[in-house]
Amino acid sequence: MRLFSAKLIIIVLLVALAGLIAWAILSLPFNGPSLRAQVFANIGHSGVSNPVTAVLLNFRGYDTLLEIVVLFLAVLGAWSLGMVQLPGPPYPAGLFLSALLRILLPAMVLTAGYLLWAGAHAPGGAFQAGAVLGGAGILLLLTEVRFASAIVSWPLRTLLSAGVLVFTGVALGSMFLGGRLLEYPRHWAGILILVIETAATLSIGVILTVLFIGGRPSEADRTLSVKSTGKRKDK
Amino acid sequence: MNISLLYSLVGLALFSLGLYGLIAYGHLLRKILAVNVMGSGAFLILVALARGWRQTSPDPVPHAMGLTGLVVAVSATALALALACRVQETTGSTQLTEDGSD
Repeated sequence: MRLFSAKLIIIVLLVALAGLIAWAILSLPFNGPSLRAQVFANIGHSGVSNPVTAVLLNFRGYDTLLEIVVLFLAVLGAWSLGMVQLPGPPYPAGLFLSALLRILLPAMVLTAGYLLWAGAHAPGGAFQAGAVLGGAGILLLLTEVRFASAIVSWPLRTLLSAGVLVFTGVALGSMFLGGRLLEYPRHWAGILILVIETAATLSIGVILTVLFIGGRPSEADRTLSVKSTGKRKDK
Repeated sequence: MNISLLYSLVGLALFSLGLYGLIAYGHLLRKILAVNVMGSGAFLILVALARGWRQTSPDPVPHAMGLTGLVVAVSATALALALACRVQETTGSTQLTEDGSD
């Protein structure tokens, strides 16, 4: 029963750890230090009225910039593992799925656009919109492989890197205009945030779709419409 | 019972369950799922603490941190899944070997 005792030790240690963390949470002061007051005092200068967006794209824009870089690096990491064939059904997508996609896809794109726009004043923003676009992209991959294989080229690469490039460009541009890194000119903050978020939305949507493939799409797939399996090829 | 406290403790329970799964199971897919459960617990604690014990309007900074964390978790999961597929293709096994001789 050696295995049993090993699991028992793990459980005892984890319960002790959970107890420690619970104690730490319980001992937090009721109204401890919070950045809430600073955020609400400066939100008028941020260019947006939704506090979470103001923190993400303005006050802590550096975090968000690096976050988009992390997404981009995940794609590079997955692509460096080798070529994969595009996933696709071994048979043409069913009538129901195709018909549903024709209804869902415009609605998803519209929802993404709304979330992007609403992020300035209400819950929403680039990541929520990008996630919806990513979902649309994955649906598209699962049904319309012909379309998906047409974008395996420079337009895809441009979209993949658009978020990182635009965000970095704005960050550096605001330096040349006299501010510090990511310190937007005050009157341009709103429009700059919208530009960054639009590029980030497109990038995130494409990145999530590409991550679903799980590797670098094979160029050979461009000439084929329907693949048999998602089997990997060696380089 | 304070609702923020309840959410924090549920988050803590999720975190602990995920950590147990990460240690106890060998299958790579289970490990990846376990890390995701851990992450969900951490985000739940973050969002619960953002509300504070008595504050009515939440602190937006932990919310933004949670949003950032979600995106990083998604991309890390995707990369981990790609790596797990690669391990399975290369070694034929869905577990990492103990001695790391492969």
